[in-house]
Amino acid sequence: MLKRGMAAVAALALASSGAAAQETVKIGLVLPMTGQQASTGKQIEAAVKLYQAQHGNMVAGKKIEVILKDDTTVPDVTKRLATELVTNDKVAFLAGFGITPSAMSTAPVATQAKVPEIVMAAGTSSITEASPFIARTSFTLAQSSVPMAEWAFKNGIKKVVTLVSDYGPGIDAEKSFSDKFKADGGTIVENLRIPMRSPDFSPVLQKVADAKPDALFVFVPSGTGAQFVKQFVERGLDKSGVKLIATGDVTDDDQLNGMGDAVVGVINAHNYSANHNSALNKSFVEGFKKANSGMRPNFMAVGGYDGMHLIYEALKKTNGDTDGTKLMTAIKGMAWESPRGPISIDPDTRDIVQNIYIRKVQKVDGELYNVEFDTIANVKDPVKAAKK
Amino acid sequence: MKAADSLARRARWRWPEIVFWLLALAAIAAPAGKHLILNEIAILALFALSLDLILGYAGIISLGHAAFFGFGAYAAGLICKYATADPVLGLLLAMLLSAMLGLLTSLLVLRGSDLTRLMVTLGMALVLHEIANALPQWTGGADGLQGMAVGPLLGRFDFDLFGRTAYGYSIVTLFVLFVLARRIVKSPFGVSLMAIRRNSLRASALGVPVNRRLIAVYALGAAYAGAAGALLAQTTAYVSLDVLEFNRSADVLLTLIIGGTGWLYGGIVGAFVFKVLQDLLSSGAPQFWLFWLGLFLVVLALVGRDRLHGLVRRAMP
Amino acid sequence: MATILFDGVAYGMLLFVLACGLAVTLGLMNFVNLAHGAFAMAGGYTTVLLMDRLNVPFLACLPAAFVLSAVLGLLLERTLYRHMYGRSHLDQVLFSIGLVFMAVAATDYFLGSSQRNIHLPPWLQGRVEVLGVAIGLYRAFIIVLCGVLALGLQLALMRTRFGSRLRAAVDDARVARGLGIPVGTIFAVTFAVGSGLAGLGGALGTELLGIDPYFPLKFMIYFLIVVTVGGTSGIAGPFLASLLLGIADVAGKYYLSSALGGFVIYVVMIVVLVLRPQGLFARAR
Repeated sequence: MLKRGMAAVAALALASSGAAAQETVKIGLVLPMTGQQASTGKQIEAAVKLYQAQHGNMVAGKKIEVILKDDTTVPDVTKRLATELVTNDKVAFLAGFGITPSAMSTAPVATQAKVPEIVMAAGTSSITEASPFIARTSFTLAQSSVPMAEWAFKNGIKKVVTLVSDYGPGIDAEKSFSDKFKADGGTIVENLRIPMRSPDFSPVLQKVADAKPDALFVFVPSGTGAQFVKQFVERGLDKSGVKLIATGDVTDDDQLNGMGDAVVGVINAHNYSANHNSALNKSFVEGFKKANSGMRPNFMAVGGYDGMHLIYEALKKTNGDTDGTKLMTAIKGMAWESPRGPISIDPDTRDIVQNIYIRKVQKVDGELYNVEFDTIANVKDPVKAAKK
Repeated sequence: MKAADSLARRARWRWPEIVFWLLALAAIAAPAGKHLILNEIAILALFALSLDLILGYAGIISLGHAAFFGFGAYAAGLICKYATADPVLGLLLAMLLSAMLGLLTSLLVLRGSDLTRLMVTLGMALVLHEIANALPQWTGGADGLQGMAVGPLLGRFDFDLFGRTAYGYSIVTLFVLFVLARRIVKSPFGVSLMAIRRNSLRASALGVPVNRRLIAVYALGAAYAGAAGALLAQTTAYVSLDVLEFNRSADVLLTLIIGGTGWLYGGIVGAFVFKVLQDLLSSGAPQFWLFWLGLFLVVLALVGRDRLHGLVRRAMP
Repeated sequence: MATILFDGVAYGMLLFVLACGLAVTLGLMNFVNLAHGAFAMAGGYTTVLLMDRLNVPFLACLPAAFVLSAVLGLLLERTLYRHMYGRSHLDQVLFSIGLVFMAVAATDYFLGSSQRNIHLPPWLQGRVEVLGVAIGLYRAFIIVLCGVLALGLQLALMRTRFGSRLRAAVDDARVARGLGIPVGTIFAVTFAVGSGLAGLGGALGTELLGIDPYFPLKFMIYFLIVVTVGGTSGIAGPFLASLLLGIADVAGKYYLSSALGGFVIYVVMIVVLVLRPQGLFARAR
């Protein structure tokens, strides 16, 4: 059986290099299409479709076929689906991955089968270290929170309370923001955490009111942002002089317009705004809205769109060869213009390098947008950068 | 004498059962391609079997059975990382630990109505979930427990990408535990459990030590659930907080209700129907399959699953 | 301190408003209706859509949400639910969770999976200072409304002819029928009221919780906790249970560290149920 296992891997390697001779290149897209993260899946799937509609489905003489699977946000299902896609459907790429555990559980599959895993959503820093075949087109939380800390200190904010959801990404955000802010010379008055399931923020907001900081830094997962900001304003914390600063998840483009005037003025840092001023983004947003009955693309969508771009360009570079190692070589260091601005894949870490924008929620033509007013260029993932 | 005869008759293996198990074991050698989902079915079946032991045979309804599943998974994961990479040894230890957790928590479910037990078990699972989340240095928190290097099975068989070893491991474990459960429920001990389920007052009047029996079977169910969790952890070499989620508890309850409570094949049938249906529906309509699954459940409930079960149960008691 | 108490009461009332419909269907009719959240979602979306598309004022949306969910409940009761009354609890779980899945998928398909929010009229926003305690206007609004609701329901149940007939019908449908009580009609009306209350709860909760297709699953645990802890004797039990849980939860999160704060609501539930398995206010069954 041991020998058999080895033979299986060898056969797989053969199969994937043999696929170069085939006329179709398959991409396994594993996303949460149902469950709490369904909106992430919807956004990415729509963006992938849009990319194919705009760029055709032929690359280097091969037809591109996307196979969509719903992992219901359960990591062991993600792993099973990804493995089946590799062993049964012989996909050349695995893509998608809505949450960190999903991306992590699949990493050994990518390594063993030598199939590139393109992470389009999940945002924990360590994901790209889990396999040499992982590349990321979304963002890391530290990428947003460190620039936020830097900007805050520069702009006269000296005392901050942080408030995050009590799970992995939240703790990442808390730590990277606090470390940077303290290193710059600011004071973190208190690190508050709130359980994931909690629908009511009143106890922690009361603590914030007691602490009277210059600003409150907040990260809550997309989908709770509106409730948070509403309760923040309801308590009159905005009027008592506490500035609200956040990562862009809180003011997710997908929901921003429905959040109401309470969110106007929230300052946040993120990699993408639907309001980003470039010709490419305008056509992206227009095409996206048209194909999806007015739904606005958010940072998840742009991760999916760029992920497809990365796959297309890698195939062009290898001239249609689907050997995983060659594809990864092609992916490393690739740079292009995305709807969010200029981005590239760090050749050392295979993680994304991108501009982080400081934005303020404002009304533009009667709709709420994150309006960019400051740019921190070419931000690498700060967690991995600090390790060097 | 007569009672012993009837017990022995009920315990006899029928041919459909034998055919079923031969097929299930033969599937290990089937061509590659379906072993991964079969592995998932086998694990869910074992999980549902464990719930059946406490719900179907002792009448304790639980909406927090994932507590033991998740505990077993984390136990197996941590054992693999820090103690021994041998899967079978890890499995046995995880079962033992889960049984101990079952013993400890059984005191909470001895009293109360269905609804009370439903909520107490649910509460325990949620508390465990919060604990696992609060101890990232042990559990890896929301990122999951990584770095499990599971050793080869019995020192010989490596876990391959196609899931052949994984399925073989899970189905043999399921078989062994099933045979054990079958012996237990058809023994006088099992019969006394049925008496408790039907009328615990009368059972205690007949001299059955009700509470002790309930505690024993609850711990046994916990051990089985822990085994299912350990299998999942070892065959995927990964554990995430998800193993303790409410959805897991709800899914296994649905699985068992679909398959039928109070007969040991209920969990297996339910797991097969539920997983295959979910897989077919979700590859056909990734965005909308939940609707069809819901429709299936509603129709099943309205038609009366008892009638369907009656047909199958005649063949496999 | 006073602020924490007020917040706790307000949170408790939010729990109550979400769960009081279930207190009627599960508590009084003894039907394990896990689809309760689906009716709440219907009420929530009614409010969102009426306010968004037709600019209906918030206060007018509340009765609309009640009526629409009640009608929906009545329709489903007449066509589907009534076949399930005599079945085991497990069958009812299977049936009602199936309904939830269908409702979730259909809502997702027609209305999209992103979260929707409403915008309150100005007179319900912000807060006022009363005797040194800052009071959120909307929270105060919910507290008052819930108080009235709980009192009204309790009176209707305990003091009216309908209430006593309902209790008789639940306790023993056959005998009740023999006494000439129209059991079917009574159940239908009660179920409709329970669904309507769920819809009202959804409408009131939307401001604080937001609404998305997974609403029925996300908050199912909370509905169930309130009803179980409160006991199934009527409305007073769940009402007091909501208060207890709300205050314990808010105070726990404020005074304990965040890691411990998350446990409080579950621990309170377990302790109450272990000490009093029938809930705080039990009716001997």
